[in-house]
Amino acid sequence: MTILEPANVPLAGVPAPSVALIVLIASLSFFAYVMWKRIDLLKRCAPDPRFSDVSQRIKMMVLYGFGQLRQPRYLGAGILHILLFAGFMILSLRSLTLIGRGFSADFHLPLLTGSAAFVYDVIKDYTVLVVLVVCLIAIARRAIWKPQRYAHPGTSGHEGEAYIILGLVSALMVTDMIYDGSAFIGEAHSEPWYLFPATNFAAMFMKSVPSQALEQLHIGGYWAHILFFFGLLNYLPISKHFHVITAIPNVYFANLNHGKIKPVKYGVDDWMELEQCGVNDLTGFTWKHVLDFYSCADCGRCSDNCPANIVGRALSPKMISIKARDYAYAKYPVFGTPKDFKDKKLVGDIITEDEIWACTTCGACEQECPIFIEYIDKIVDMRRYLIEQGALPQSLQKPLQQIKKKGNAYGAVKSKRSAWAKDIEGVEVRELKKGENAEYLFFVDSCGSFDPRIQEISKSFARILGKSSCDFAILGQDENDSGNEVRRIGEEGLFEQVSEKNIEAFEARNFRQIVTFDPHAFNVIKNDYPKKFPISHCSQLLSKLIRENKIKFSGEYLKGRVVTYHDPCYLGRHNNVYEEPRFVINSIPGARFRDMERSRSRSFCCSGGGIMLWYENEQETQRMGERRVRMAQEIGAQVIVTACPFCLINLEDAIKTTGNEGKIEVIDLVELADRSMS
Amino acid sequence: MKIIACMKWIPDTSEAELSIASGGKDIKKDDLDYDLNDWDRFAIEEAVQLKEKYEGAVTVVSVAPEDAEEMLRECLARGADEAFQIWNDSFEGSDGFVVAKALAEFIKKRPFDLVLTGTLAEDDGGGQVGGMLAAMLGVPSATLVSRIEISDGKAKFRRELEGGLYENVEMGLPAVISVATGLNEPRFVSIRAVRKVASVDIPTVDLDELGMNENQVGMEGSKIVIEKVYLPPEGEGAEIIKGSTEEAAARLAEILKEKGVL
Ligand code: SF4
Ligand code: SF4
Repeated sequence: MTILEPANVPLAGVPAPSVALIVLIASLSFFAYVMWKRIDLLKRCAPDPRFSDVSQRIKMMVLYGFGQLRQPRYLGAGILHILLFAGFMILSLRSLTLIGRGFSADFHLPLLTGSAAFVYDVIKDYTVLVVLVVCLIAIARRAIWKPQRYAHPGTSGHEGEAYIILGLVSALMVTDMIYDGSAFIGEAHSEPWYLFPATNFAAMFMKSVPSQALEQLHIGGYWAHILFFFGLLNYLPISKHFHVITAIPNVYFANLNHGKIKPVKYGVDDWMELEQCGVNDLTGFTWKHVLDFYSCADCGRCSDNCPANIVGRALSPKMISIKARDYAYAKYPVFGTPKDFKDKKLVGDIITEDEIWACTTCGACEQECPIFIEYIDKIVDMRRYLIEQGALPQSLQKPLQQIKKKGNAYGAVKSKRSAWAKDIEGVEVRELKKGENAEYLFFVDSCGSFDPRIQEISKSFARILGKSSCDFAILGQDENDSGNEVRRIGEEGLFEQVSEKNIEAFEARNFRQIVTFDPHAFNVIKNDYPKKFPISHCSQLLSKLIRENKIKFSGEYLKGRVVTYHDPCYLGRHNNVYEEPRFVINSIPGARFRDMERSRSRSFCCSGGGIMLWYENEQETQRMGERRVRMAQEIGAQVIVTACPFCLINLEDAIKTTGNEGKIEVIDLVELADRSMS
Repeated sequence: MKIIACMKWIPDTSEAELSIASGGKDIKKDDLDYDLNDWDRFAIEEAVQLKEKYEGAVTVVSVAPEDAEEMLRECLARGADEAFQIWNDSFEGSDGFVVAKALAEFIKKRPFDLVLTGTLAEDDGGGQVGGMLAAMLGVPSATLVSRIEISDGKAKFRRELEGGLYENVEMGLPAVISVATGLNEPRFVSIRAVRKVASVDIPTVDLDELGMNENQVGMEGSKIVIEKVYLPPEGEGAEIIKGSTEEAAARLAEILKEKGVL
């Protein structure tokens, strides 16, 4: 018996190809209309030049878009997602074939004929089964284990959407199996069952179905599949699953300028002349940032790694995307004209000031997001707007004013900037005057100049440079705060002021390279300053000196204690310096080095540097530094080495508040090197 | 509503090492940075917030030398509508009375509903100008005000008293109100905000415009004579603890133990 094919069976008297055509045109039109609406909003947004560096972008897209390289950072969920994604890719051909089968019973895609079709059908059959199983596991995970990162604290959730999507995908698989399985029964087969497991599996259930009913299943299964397919397609752009369409472009257009903050507005010569500075509404964001909002898959990996979220601050990065997307869909509805939400402002009402100030700009969220959604630039843009309104938290006002007046947040007089450098035993620290030469220009920054604890690191560094016969000097009075946090707080005008002064000071002197032990200064000079200067972090210089045998260590200071290393955000995540500090530590004889579970790109922020040190947060229930110290405790570390003065301050505080004084020592890499030098 | 806010330009002594100027009547100020008196920051903020609430205009005025233009411009950036700088070099060395007199002469010539000042200045802590100014203008005054509301031509406000008490007071306008710190959250003034008001003219008001002469200002016009400014001598029983933080802390703990506090 051969079964009648859908294309040959009229539906309610209408020929099947006509029905297929109507369904196809109706669905595609609606889909195109919704997409046009979505793109229309992007066109209203601020510009963002993301069209250059094509080869690098293609590489990103291949590795992280199609290759899904970031997925396995969460192994279980990652594998499930990779399987699902691969399934979608494979089954897209099947979907096209099935759409064609509505028009002609033996429709085949070009090239997919003969043995190629046979091979594809085998693969497809397995894929259908895999996708169905993955969907069932995913449903069970959500329903039974309820991973915390899927929660939507504080808003009416979108949890239902995930079930709708997983349900639709499962239904697609099941209807495909019914369609194939029902036809399979009527035909004679010589292939072993394991070539077509899904089809055989479905056929098993339909074995005893009378032939007329079987035919109805075949036809019904087909049309149900088609309806689910177009239903899913049209559901995507109105739900969180828009990422199925936008994720690949989102990765293609990813931010390639790591560690750098975007200008106030792209394509503007003088931002000071702008009507408004910063972002307070959707269209103030760049089109890419709104594409980010569209693309967020709601997987919660960002928030799961966000230190602000973890210690109870008001911020959960994922919710910024979810709330902004909800707002975008409501304000720019699919039907009708844009709404005027006067009393519901995106910045202030939907995304609160508390959320915006809670961010340490550590970059953990961006590092984790499988599709490279950005947060730091958005947060800085919103801060710029708040600053414009004068709405800077009181705790940050004084330090910023001090930087404006005196070039440092400590309020110290400029002439004292090099006071730390007097009377260091065994080394003379030279102030580099205009026009003079030095091999290394040691950029001390404000903390190294004025914070008594951090002055110790400055002294250690000077001693090391001196002992290893490096020709180095400092700027003294002419040095200003590096401005890393000034820029990230959103005070662009002040950033320009301090950076210009530093650039002027650099340009008036001759040196081969700037060196600094502060990753914040390192980052801002390297990535944000409009003029480029060669710069190294002390860990890089130390590694070089060790390799050149200019520094030799003894194990006397460490005495075989267990050492761990805390990756500072601005050294690791923002600048990819992970190896050198570890190399320095491991060069010390007898160092028993152990990494914490959260290390390298998963390092846990200690609560932020620069003037963020002054920021007081009322919501947090614990200090980030305390959490970090506990992580070190878990691996039995006796010494925590860090390579950032602010990490040092935060972690030393945490050592005291967690009762670890005398048990765990926190030390800067430079100090460790200084004390271990033989 | 017309509000006039009076500002003071003071040396920032918070992080500085102070020393006495020759003559022994003042501290050395050459190396010090000057800034807006913190108490007055709350006064200008309150003025702008009242303006935003009840409509009107805010005028800021200060008896201060040229450099203080920066402070007045910052006040414009905070939302003041106009700013005036009263100065003539003979103002150097003036006391609270002279400042109050100059302000009073300036204010008399223009209509006003409310004059706001900070209760104190961080430098000399005299706390004189508000009260004297009110007397010279012949209007009521209040100090340490921590909340202000205006209704029916009256100011209703709250004062902070010793012992954590509050006092609610009502007073007819016009009036001079000296505010306490903390009555609002002063806004932040960005570089751009200042740049936006960069071209606003800040007129300097000289003595003749005030109807005053050189003998009425400076030391000569002042009622208070400073005899001597000095650092307190190390008193009996006072010990200045020297050494590193750890050593100092250890010594402090030792003393507290000795005295039976710990
Ligand atoms: S940068 Fe860090 S603190 Fe800010 S949202 Fe991302 S993870 Fe959270
Ligand atoms: S921003 Fe990225 S990591 Fe965060 S929820 Fe969305 S897709 Fe997931």
